[in-house]
Amino acid sequence: MESFIHIIILSMLVTTAAAIVRVKDLFAVTMLAGIYGLLSASFFVLMDAHDVAFTEAAVGAGISTLLILTTLSMTGRFEKAAENPKSNYKPALALTLVTVTGALLIYGTQDMPAFGAADAPVQTHVVPRYLNDSATEIDIPNVVASVLASYRGYDTFGEVVVIFTAGIGVLALIMSTVSTAPVALRASMEEHVILRIVSKMLIPLILIFGLYVQFHGEYGPGGGFQAGVIFASAFFLYAMLFGLTAARKVVNSNWVQALAALGVLLYGSVGVLAMINGGNFLDYNFLAQDDVHGQHMGILFVELGVGITVASVMIIIFFTFSTHQQRDGEPD
Amino acid sequence: MFTAAAIAVLVAMALALVRAYAGPTLYDRILAVNVFGTKTVLLIAIVGFLTGRPEFLDIVMVYALMNFITVIGILRFFEYSVSHASANSETIKEQ
Amino acid sequence: MSMVTTYLSWALLVLGGFLCVSGSVGLLRFPDFFTRMHAASVTDTLATGMILVGLMLQAPTWIVFGKLVMILVFVLLTSPTAGHALAKAALHSGLKPLLPGKGGKIDADPRPSAGGV
Repeated sequence: MESFIHIIILSMLVTTAAAIVRVKDLFAVTMLAGIYGLLSASFFVLMDAHDVAFTEAAVGAGISTLLILTTLSMTGRFEKAAENPKSNYKPALALTLVTVTGALLIYGTQDMPAFGAADAPVQTHVVPRYLNDSATEIDIPNVVASVLASYRGYDTFGEVVVIFTAGIGVLALIMSTVSTAPVALRASMEEHVILRIVSKMLIPLILIFGLYVQFHGEYGPGGGFQAGVIFASAFFLYAMLFGLTAARKVVNSNWVQALAALGVLLYGSVGVLAMINGGNFLDYNFLAQDDVHGQHMGILFVELGVGITVASVMIIIFFTFSTHQQRDGEPD
Repeated sequence: MFTAAAIAVLVAMALALVRAYAGPTLYDRILAVNVFGTKTVLLIAIVGFLTGRPEFLDIVMVYALMNFITVIGILRFFEYSVSHASANSETIKEQ
Repeated sequence: MSMVTTYLSWALLVLGGFLCVSGSVGLLRFPDFFTRMHAASVTDTLATGMILVGLMLQAPTWIVFGKLVMILVFVLLTSPTAGHALAKAALHSGLKPLLPGKGGKIDADPRPSAGGV
C-alpha cells in the first residue's frame, strides 16, 4: 500500500515538473512550484524524514512561494523569450547537454547500493555511531536534532551564517535603491474585513506554535530553522493585511537587523564558551558540570540562535522586497 | 478504511493538479493550489494513522498554516495588478 | 462502545473521501470559476471536517486527539476565509459569474473570456 502511494506521488511530481516546464505564465509556474513543494514534502513524510518534511512544508511550499510572488510582482508575469522568436533561443544545445547529463547520472546510479540496503555506506559509516551513542551521549529523543545541533554543529553553524549572509545580500542589493523616507502606502487589503479579523485571531496562535516548534525540536520534528520560518510568517501575515507601515511599528527594522546578527553571535558564543571552559569549539560537554547537561544546554541555545537568525532574516527579506514592490507598483 | 480515504484524497489531488495546470484564469489556479494544500493536509494526517505513527500532526499544522498564508500572499500581490495586466499589457508593472 | 466508534469512524472516513473526490470532480468539470469554487470550497470544508473527526475517533492518545482538534479548528477558520477572500478578489478583478440570462450559456464553451491565462 505504501509503495502504491509512493508511486502515485512520484508520478504526480513528474507531471508537475513537466507542467512547470511547459507553462509560460510565470504566475502559473509559481503555483505549480507550490504544488511541487507540497508533493515533495508529502513524499518526505512517507519516507519517514519528518524534519526534512517539516522544513520543506515551511520553506519549500510556504515561504519560497511567497518570496517568488513578491519578486514576480516586481518583474512581470510572463516569460520574455517566447514572445520574440528571433532571439537567441536555441534549445537544441541545452537539451542535448541536459539529456547527456541526465543519462550519465542515471548510469551513475547503477553503482549505488539499492535503496535501504544494509551495507550501503550511509548505513555503515557514521550513522551507527550516532544512532547507538546519541541516547547516552546527548540523551534527547530526536536523533535528527542531536545530529544537527551537536554532532554536526559546525555544519549547522555554517548554514546559519549562509542565511545571515543572504539577508545581508538582500539588504545590500535592494536597500540601496530604496530610500528610507516613508513610503506612501497603497490601500492594503482594507476591504478584506473577514480576512483581517480571522488573521488577527490566528497571529497569536501562529506565534505560540512557532515557539512550540522551537522548544519541542529535541522531542519531535522541528527546531530552529522551522520555528524561525513559522514565527516570521506571522509577521508576513500582519504586514500583508495591515500594510508595511503598521508592520514596521510592530517590528523595528533596525532591531530586526540587530537580531539577525545576534542569533549568529549567540551560536558562536556557545562555541567560544566551550573553548573558554577548556574544550574544542562547539564542544557542549564543557558547558556544564556533567556532559549530558552540557549537551542539553548547548543544543537549546544553539537552536535558539538559529531560530532568531532565521526569523529575522526572513522578516528582513520580506520587508525589503515588499517595500521595493510598493514603490514600483505604485500606479503612475 | 484509512487506505480507502487515502486513495480518495490522492484522486482528488490529481484532479486538482489538472485544474492547476489547465487554468484558465489566475483564480482557478489559486483555487486549485488551495484545494491541493488542504488535500495534502488530509493525506499526511491519514498516512500518519495508516503507518501507525500519528506524530506527523505537527507537520500537518504547518501545512494548513502555509496554505492560508500563501493564498493571502497571492491576493496581496496580485489582486490589484491582474485586471490591469490582462486589460492592456502583459507586464504587471505599469508605467 | 469501541465497535460503535470504529464503525462511525469508518463511515466518516469513507464519506469524507467521497466528498473529496466529488468536490474535485466539480473543480475539474464545472463551467466557470465561481461554480468550481462552490464545488471545491463547500466539499473541502465538510470533507476535511469528516476525515479529521473520523481520525479523532481512532486517536491512540489524547495528545493526538488534541492536535487533530487544533488542526480542525484551524482549517475550519482558514478554509472558508480563504475561499471568501478569493471569490471577492475574483469578482473585484472583473471576473463575472456565468449567469443564464446574461449571454452565458451553461453548456457552451466552458472558457470564460475575462481574466488572463
